Amino acid sequence: MSKRDAAERILDFLEVDEGLSEVNAVLEATRCMECVRPACVKGCPVNIDIPGFISAIAKQDFKKAAEIIKSDNMLPAICGRVCPQETQCEGKCVLGVKEKPVRIGALERFIADWERKNEIVTPKTKKPTGKRIAVVGSGPAGITAAAELSRSGHSVTIFESLHAPGGVLTYGIPSFRLPKDIVKTEIDQVLSLGAELKLNHIVGRSVSVDNFLAYDAVFLGTGAGLPSFMGIEGENLNGVYSANEFLTRVNLMHADRFPDYDTPVLKGQKVAVVGGGNVAMDSARVARRMGAEVYLIYRRREEDLPAREAEVANAVEEGISFYCCANPVRIIGGPSVTGIECVRMNMGVLDESKRPCPVPMTGDDAKFTLDVDVVVEAIGQSPNPLLVSLIPSLKRGKRGNVIVDENGQTSIPNVFAGGDIATGAATVIEAMGNAKKASSAINEYLNQ
Amino acid sequence: MAYKIEKASEIADNIFEFWIKAPHVSKNAQAGQFVVIRIDEKGERIPLTISAAKDDLIRIVFMAVGKTTKFLSSLKEGESVLDVAGPLGQPGELKKWGNCVLIGGGVGIACLPILAKALKEQGNQVTGIIGARNENLLLLSDELEQDCDELVICTDDGSRGFHGFPADILKKKLEDEKIDCVWIIGPAIMMKITSMATIPSKTKTFVSLNPIMVDGTGMCGSCRVSVGGETKFACVDGPEFDAHLVDWDELMNRQRIYPSQEKESLDNFNEHHHHCRCGEHHHE
Ligand SMILES: Cc1cc2nc3c(=O)[nH]c(=O)nc-3n(C[C@H](O)[C@H](O)[C@H](O)COP(=O)(O)OP(=O)(O)OC[C@H]3O[C@@H](n4cnc5c(N)ncnc54)[C@H](O)[C@@H]3O)c2cc1C
Ligand SMILES: Cc1cc2nc3c(=O)[nH]c(=O)nc-3n(C[C@H](O)[C@H](O)[C@H](O)COP(=O)(O)OP(=O)(O)OC[C@H]3O[C@@H](n4cnc5c(N)ncnc54)[C@H](O)[C@@H]3O)c2cc1C
Ligand code: SF4
Ligand code: SF4
Ligand code: FES
Ligand SMILES: [Mg+2]
Repeated sequence: MSKRDAAERILDFLEVDEGLSEVNAVLEATRCMECVRPACVKGCPVNIDIPGFISAIAKQDFKKAAEIIKSDNMLPAICGRVCPQETQCEGKCVLGVKEKPVRIGALERFIADWERKNEIVTPKTKKPTGKRIAVVGSGPAGITAAAELSRSGHSVTIFESLHAPGGVLTYGIPSFRLPKDIVKTEIDQVLSLGAELKLNHIVGRSVSVDNFLAYDAVFLGTGAGLPSFMGIEGENLNGVYSANEFLTRVNLMHADRFPDYDTPVLKGQKVAVVGGGNVAMDSARVARRMGAEVYLIYRRREEDLPAREAEVANAVEEGISFYCCANPVRIIGGPSVTGIECVRMNMGVLDESKRPCPVPMTGDDAKFTLDVDVVVEAIGQSPNPLLVSLIPSLKRGKRGNVIVDENGQTSIPNVFAGGDIATGAATVIEAMGNAKKASSAINEYLNQ
Repeated sequence: MAYKIEKASEIADNIFEFWIKAPHVSKNAQAGQFVVIRIDEKGERIPLTISAAKDDLIRIVFMAVGKTTKFLSSLKEGESVLDVAGPLGQPGELKKWGNCVLIGGGVGIACLPILAKALKEQGNQVTGIIGARNENLLLLSDELEQDCDELVICTDDGSRGFHGFPADILKKKLEDEKIDCVWIIGPAIMMKITSMATIPSKTKTFVSLNPIMVDGTGMCGSCRVSVGGETKFACVDGPEFDAHLVDWDELMNRQRIYPSQEKESLDNFNEHHHHCRCGEHHHE
């Protein structure tokens, strides 16, 4: 992999990872043993024929590789970039036992990038069934469901409340990890299969619940868009953002290019980001690129950081300062943020996640204050309540997630769901895997 | 997709009325709800109240205060905006209250017609009280004459109607008769002060809060307000809330997060307006 130098990349929002060259891709592909019972495929939630496409790369038949991937995954350029491969396909690769696993994600990305530059491969669609299907949300779950259901010959309408499709791919994940023209190209390819996309349509508001339940089948992919806040003093001061707001202002609205674009954002001289997951890393790295000094505050140890290792390493290289074993107790200022007071945390007994449970320290030197003018809270999101709360007969779990069976069917027979709305905040590829399953279940349901 | 401006006019000093074609909104809009508009590719998302809905059209009424609203006001009939999302927010509590008073201040008056009609439909007695600094800033008074059982007009300078504030009329009315529910819509400071009048009698009072929004769908938390000591997202939990529980100072602080950026943006716009953006902007 060739990664751009940190000093250079913090000055822009261009992609950090430049991908494999053709020579290296072919070389990497020859490492694959083309296992008869490939473990890697089990690790991929959409079950791409991994040895199949890798073998095509080794033979330099890139078009065939693209066809193989596309028959199971319409968003390979996205997945090749953002899948946590180390815990999925690559985590299962047999080569990983003794040496490094085959770099499946990088190869998938290579093919997708080749395809975009050379020859777009579009899977075939079946003849029209006359069935009408509503897909709610155009994140990875909704887009995948739309692709699968269009290919099955149904007439699909996707409703999206924002002015651009993609969900978190568009408003959440920054362009230095996932360039937006790539998201657009892959979504456009799905739309070319025949689905209609209606932007600015909030289902439950712009489309009444009765109207949309009247479709032959419905797929809910409304995501985990509800940001959590810590609930501490000073949280509503000017300059405190949820990660969702901070990232949306920059990624979707391009506030980094204000005043050329109209949406403002407080860039901050010194920014505190609270949390330790991918969302926190993304927020920290965005703030860094807008010129701030950035502190990342996480309540557990560095080795417990839930973010992908590679992203933590990127953040460190880019000069983010980590304050681990610390938790904010108060945001100081008025009306604008001037500081954040934190308490140091002791690591106590192991909890359910087998990690030590963080316990606040007591005493005078347990607390410290960082002078900051912006705080970004990246402590989690929960399932989007906007639509599902308007449908009382839709069964939901304690955390607000829509309850589905193993096929993605909800408590209402013609309503299926998948992605973060069903699982709580998870990953792109799990959302896509859910959507594929639900789409087959929808086909079965419609054939009954 | 673009949304066409079917009718555009300046109905008071610097206050504009647009009818925009947006059937997905107009068919489902209820009193108290709003839309989010984005003019063009580089534009920001701004919330505006749905002031009326008829067939495929919605009406918005707005004051040109900064870059986006100034740019919007420069658009002509037949031109279009890139995005209209909605209807957003919870509809108002439209039921039979009995004797209702609706108060509009400044451009907030625009929110009253749809509300007055809906409350009349529920069988309420509806009194409108509208106020502005002077008569040139009054709007929709003819329409509200029709929609309300009684309409009182106030101006701060006495140039038309009662010389004084809507709060003065409200206080008098509270002494004279039993009022079951009050709506107050206008600038935050006006809502804060006017709603004090109903504290002693504990009269149910709604206000429509206007914090800075981005998505308007509950996804970002930009619009958070404190109501009764709890944080609420105005775009999905509101925008209407119980006036007596609102933390007004926090709201007013949060309306001023970006003063220097807003100024920069407006200055740029005033300087370049006719040269750079017009050609770029979306025509149907
Ligand atoms: C900052 C960030 C970084 C991440 N990084 C990674 C990563 O590197 N790798 C990874 O695998 N995962 C990552 N994730 C998680 C991943 O993005 C999500 O798990 C995934 O996007 C979930 O997909 P979804 O389709 O279920 O929902 P979403 O992507 O949330 O899409 C839901 C869509 O539905 C729309 N919607 C909601 N309600 C309605 C309605 N009523 N009507 C119409 N439309 C509606 C929303 O506007 C949205 O567009 C990240 C998440 C965030 C926030
Ligand atoms: C639910 C709701 C309904 C509204 N309805 C109306 C209406 O019917 N008519 C009307 O004239 N105004 C209405 N407003 C206010 C309107 O959104 C702002 O005047 C507008 O966004 C200003 O944009 P600007 O770029 O022209 O001005 P700017 O110079 O950018 O801002 C001027 C002031 O407007 C407010 N503002 C700026 N951006 C936003 C934003 N994204 N969201 C909310 N407020 C913002 C801030 O307090 C700011 O100080 C409403 C606001 C809300 C929240
Ligand atoms: S889609 Fe993701 S999990 Fe599946 S093979 Fe590609 S990188 Fe691996
Ligand atoms: S497990 Fe590894 S070596 Fe085996 S087929 Fe999959 S990628 Fe190739
Ligand atoms: S405006 Fe984003 S949550 Fe209300
Ligand atoms: Mg503005």
